[in-house]
Amino acid sequence: MPTSFPADSVGLVTPQVMHFDEPLMLACGRALERYELVYETYGQLNASRSNAILICHALSGHHHAAGYHSEEDRKPGWWDHYIGPGKPIDTDRFFVVSVNNLGGCHGSTGPTSTNPDTGKPWGPDFPKLRVRDWVHSQARLADKLGIDQWAAVIGGSLGGMQAMRWALEYPDRLRHCVVIAAAMKLSAQNIAFNETARQAIISDPGFHDGRYLEHQDVPKHGLAVARMIGHITYLSDHVMGQKFGRELRSGTFERGTDQPVEFQVESYLRYQGDNFAQSFDANTYLLITKALDYFDLAREYDDDPVAAFAHAQCKFLVVSFSTDWRFAPARSREIVDALIGADKPVTYAEIDSHFGHDAFLLPSARYQQLFGRYMRRIDTE
Amino acid sequence: MRLDLDQIQQWIPQGSRVLDLGCGDGTLLKFLIDHKQVTGYGLEIDPEQINACVDKSLNVIEQNLDSGLGNFADKSFDMVLMTQALQTLHFPHRVLEEMLRVGKECIVTFPNFGHWKARLHLTFKGRMPVSDLLPYEWYDTPNIHFCTFRDFDLLCKAMGIDVVHRQVVYERSIKPLAALSPNLFGETAIYHLRKGAES
Repeated sequence: MPTSFPADSVGLVTPQVMHFDEPLMLACGRALERYELVYETYGQLNASRSNAILICHALSGHHHAAGYHSEEDRKPGWWDHYIGPGKPIDTDRFFVVSVNNLGGCHGSTGPTSTNPDTGKPWGPDFPKLRVRDWVHSQARLADKLGIDQWAAVIGGSLGGMQAMRWALEYPDRLRHCVVIAAAMKLSAQNIAFNETARQAIISDPGFHDGRYLEHQDVPKHGLAVARMIGHITYLSDHVMGQKFGRELRSGTFERGTDQPVEFQVESYLRYQGDNFAQSFDANTYLLITKALDYFDLAREYDDDPVAAFAHAQCKFLVVSFSTDWRFAPARSREIVDALIGADKPVTYAEIDSHFGHDAFLLPSARYQQLFGRYMRRIDTE
Repeated sequence: MRLDLDQIQQWIPQGSRVLDLGCGDGTLLKFLIDHKQVTGYGLEIDPEQINACVDKSLNVIEQNLDSGLGNFADKSFDMVLMTQALQTLHFPHRVLEEMLRVGKECIVTFPNFGHWKARLHLTFKGRMPVSDLLPYEWYDTPNIHFCTFRDFDLLCKAMGIDVVHRQVVYERSIKPLAALSPNLFGETAIYHLRKGAES
């Protein structure tokens, strides 16, 4: 390994692609005849194939969860603080699989892929997906990798929803389920933010009813605004205040000047939005936020989460963060209470953090300790 | 081994579903799992103690007892335990009431503030008692609601709680005296409680 990477990094990683020719029946009733999933792996699969861990990503995530793609890469994968040698998800012990979800825009088949029936990009015609469709496609990836049972399925936010769905859809295929900063369903406020973000995209003249690729156009302004809205919900009031306060980037309030004033927070959000718009597909954003809105763990179990979790056979770790107002600790408590009601093994911690929803991605001594100690007790045999 | 563990386990039927309030590092819960094959959960708020429970592979839930047990269904546990935490609660009587709602039976242990050493301390030094068992100063102690055995007996009576068993833990040397006056010589009491018949 080159010395330029930190010692506790998985180092250089190369994404891989798996092809699937068996049609995948989707929750919407349509089938996807052929598709590809792009994924990365870290660590070694043991001889008994019992040390595999699946990482499920959140709204804007992808398969690149840890390590670096090149020597020049400045930033590691999105969960590098938690995946690596000696880290909570210890790659010296575990074989970690991180997959870009179907419908994504980082290599797996999605709206930017070519529709074999038309020879044009799928765009808005790509089938609407539900969380369970991701879970089923991940199960097929597990089949191909020869993994009958995950030591753990782990996810934060939307990833936590996938992990819970795994526990209900394939109860005998995971031993532990780690649900971080998630919820069993979105609140009206959550849906409202998602819809506002979607409207920003749809009302951009560059959207062309979702066929922007055919028009060689991109609704980049709408996508940027969508990201700005989302980003606000990932941060706490406190951390925004601490980071930006009312600091000005330019302009002045002085009398007699008409120079426009720009707050630091405005410039930051615009930068985040513009960056995102360059790397993310608008149809994928619409698809994933809809999947989030429609997710309701207990819907098919008579709206009874205890009845839903009665199907689970694994052990659970549930973690929330004190200032997370997107999926507040109360949402995690609902998960925990349902698990207790269903008499399932569960450990729950509410981590004190200033960082809002984003805390699940960031370093924190207590979070790292708790997560690491829980992972250490997972039997890899 | 802690003195109270052995006594407590005798009152817990094999394979019970238990809830341990203020479970600390999980010593009691682990002991009961190993010796009585119980299942259940511990509630705790101290991050270090929660980590210690995680190390023992226990089901530990971060929950503040002062916020109540509203998330637990009536009679959903065979036994609800609370060892040496009663005196740290803002509203001990309310938690006691909740314990008897959630559990079919309860076990509560607490230090006796009517112990002769505490009485002497207050009488002769004129200061709030500080001892090996209760090593805090009055202003920094987590123990905010002290009571004596007699106080607790009266509370049980007022709340219509049946005391199924009571076991008092003494210093070894003082045992002959203790039978005469548990409230004077007992250090810790272990109460086995049940909701009284509705009158």
